[in-house]
Amino acid sequence: MSVTSPTGAPAIAGRRQARLELWQRNARRFLAELGRQPIALLGGLVVLAFILAAVFAPYITAHDPELGSLRQRLIPPVWQQGGAAEFPLGTDGQGRDLLTRIIYGARISLLVGFLTVAISIIAGAGLGAVAGYYRGWLDTVLSRFADLLMAFPFLIFAIAMMAFIGPGFANLILALTFKGWVEFYRLVRGDIMSEKTREYVEAARALGRSHPTIIVAEILPNIVQSIFVVGTLRMGFFIVTEASLSFLGLGIQPPTPAWGSMVAAGRDVMLTHWWVATLPGLAIVLLVPALNIFGEGLRDILDPRLKVQ
Amino acid sequence: MSRRAANGAPLVEARDVKKHFPVPASLLGKLLAGQKDQLVKAVDGVSFKIWPGETVGLVGESGCGKTTLGRVLARLYEPTAGEILFRDWPVHSSFFRHTQIIFQNPYSSLNPRKTVRDIIGVALRQRGLRDPQEREAETLRLLRRVGLSERHVDAYPHQFSGGQRQRIGIARALAIQPQFVVADEPVSALDVSIQAQVINLLQELQEEFDLTYLFIAHDLSVIHHLSDRVVVMYLGHVMEEAETESLFANPLHPYTQALLAAIPVVDKEDRRERIILEGAVPSPIDPPSGCPFHTRCFAKKGPECEQEYPPEVQVQGHRVACWLYV
Repeated sequence: MSVTSPTGAPAIAGRRQARLELWQRNARRFLAELGRQPIALLGGLVVLAFILAAVFAPYITAHDPELGSLRQRLIPPVWQQGGAAEFPLGTDGQGRDLLTRIIYGARISLLVGFLTVAISIIAGAGLGAVAGYYRGWLDTVLSRFADLLMAFPFLIFAIAMMAFIGPGFANLILALTFKGWVEFYRLVRGDIMSEKTREYVEAARALGRSHPTIIVAEILPNIVQSIFVVGTLRMGFFIVTEASLSFLGLGIQPPTPAWGSMVAAGRDVMLTHWWVATLPGLAIVLLVPALNIFGEGLRDILDPRLKVQ
Repeated sequence: MSRRAANGAPLVEARDVKKHFPVPASLLGKLLAGQKDQLVKAVDGVSFKIWPGETVGLVGESGCGKTTLGRVLARLYEPTAGEILFRDWPVHSSFFRHTQIIFQNPYSSLNPRKTVRDIIGVALRQRGLRDPQEREAETLRLLRRVGLSERHVDAYPHQFSGGQRQRIGIARALAIQPQFVVADEPVSALDVSIQAQVINLLQELQEEFDLTYLFIAHDLSVIHHLSDRVVVMYLGHVMEEAETESLFANPLHPYTQALLAAIPVVDKEDRRERIILEGAVPSPIDPPSGCPFHTRCFAKKGPECEQEYPPEVQVQGHRVACWLYV
């Protein structure tokens, strides 16, 4: 490219440079905004810590998350009498290191949260964009179906569905996304309908751009922030729902460590060995509000329109 | 005054163009109150011709259908009936290469997430300019031409004033190299001091690129300044059409007279007699029978005004639809 035109090539290179600088400026501005919201920043750091722990789990702990020694069962956390430094948060009823299981459990929780949100966004935003842009009978059918799904409480619906299709990771994702897309469908449909009336869309029509191109290249950049914000907020919700299902024995099956089933397993010894159920529960209580706080901070920074008055 | 070639073929012709918008009644309303689906007759049978190189002003109150007509001509709306000819050919999908539109609102007509380079670059790509370097050079050339600086190329719309945004919108329209430009109230959202600059720019560009304008406005002084010919619309119909000077000096249709009488004039001597129209513009859902203006007309001729739509007649070089001249 640089050989073809002595005048044009530097312009293109300069343009790349300008883009990069623009991106860096935006990133810096975003971080500065985040710095002005210390609580959101804290939430973000907690989420980041969980993600790092989940990704680097094998390097953080040497214990096996699924295999324990019955001779070492129910050892209390290190700060209590009888605790051992080898098991900082103690062990569970099968002698497995609780910290290791919590860290590996974060993998499940975050993976379920991320996959569910991703699939829900793809399905919900895609259908919502088509319904909101073209309207017509497809919009009517999809919207009534979405209303129908909205009528069921989320957890009851997921329980019924899991009972029907059986437990397991893939089924869990299916049960959560089956209703999870509705939230994004409604968001994107509404956003597209309001953006479509703006004149930049007509200008693109006048230039001869096709409808799909207009949806993807013109409108989508204007609504991607709100999708992102709602996605972050919904992720916490999906994680809690997964934990609830696992707690009920309908989600992730033992011995795979999932926070919900860990709480369920520790329930029997709750009065004598509090840590087995309490500490995985604490992990949920730490991660989910952190996600929500971070999501709300994102919303305030990226999309002030969504702010609840 | 008129730049139009004496006997040439028209560039754009509207033939009995209608644009109706359906207003469906609610299901409950249908069941309980027996409501029926309704039609907004925004444009209801409009014909005119525009010759190459001229500027035609389109005036009327808000709600008279002038914006809808502009959008039909810019191929944004499909007409309900009638047809639009471009150089005597019926207009279909690839019309965008010939026609562009400049919008009223410079704030919503530019995509807030795109830089100026993207906005103009897309138009150039649609024109078929594939080479990014050529596109870059052309973008900068267009920016300079509409009075912006090259350093604006990486900026986003919110970084500009209303007048600058309108210039970007003009550059985008020019990028396609159109022959016909629909300017839909391009200056009414701008400060008065900026209006003159943008109007001058539009006039310069017309000379330079041989453009033909349909200039939609409700500001009659702007129309007077710019147009070669004026079309007056009321409730989706053309009331009167004439050369600008002739229309302003000698309005024939009572509605045109009322419109012109509403222009504020500083000099007491020059003031026209004020004509105060009574009532409001009737609803285009349920337009009056006969002449649409008869409910507010101060010079009604007789019962025919209320019964039958007046035929168009040529009087003193004007095309008028009024029973007074039949």
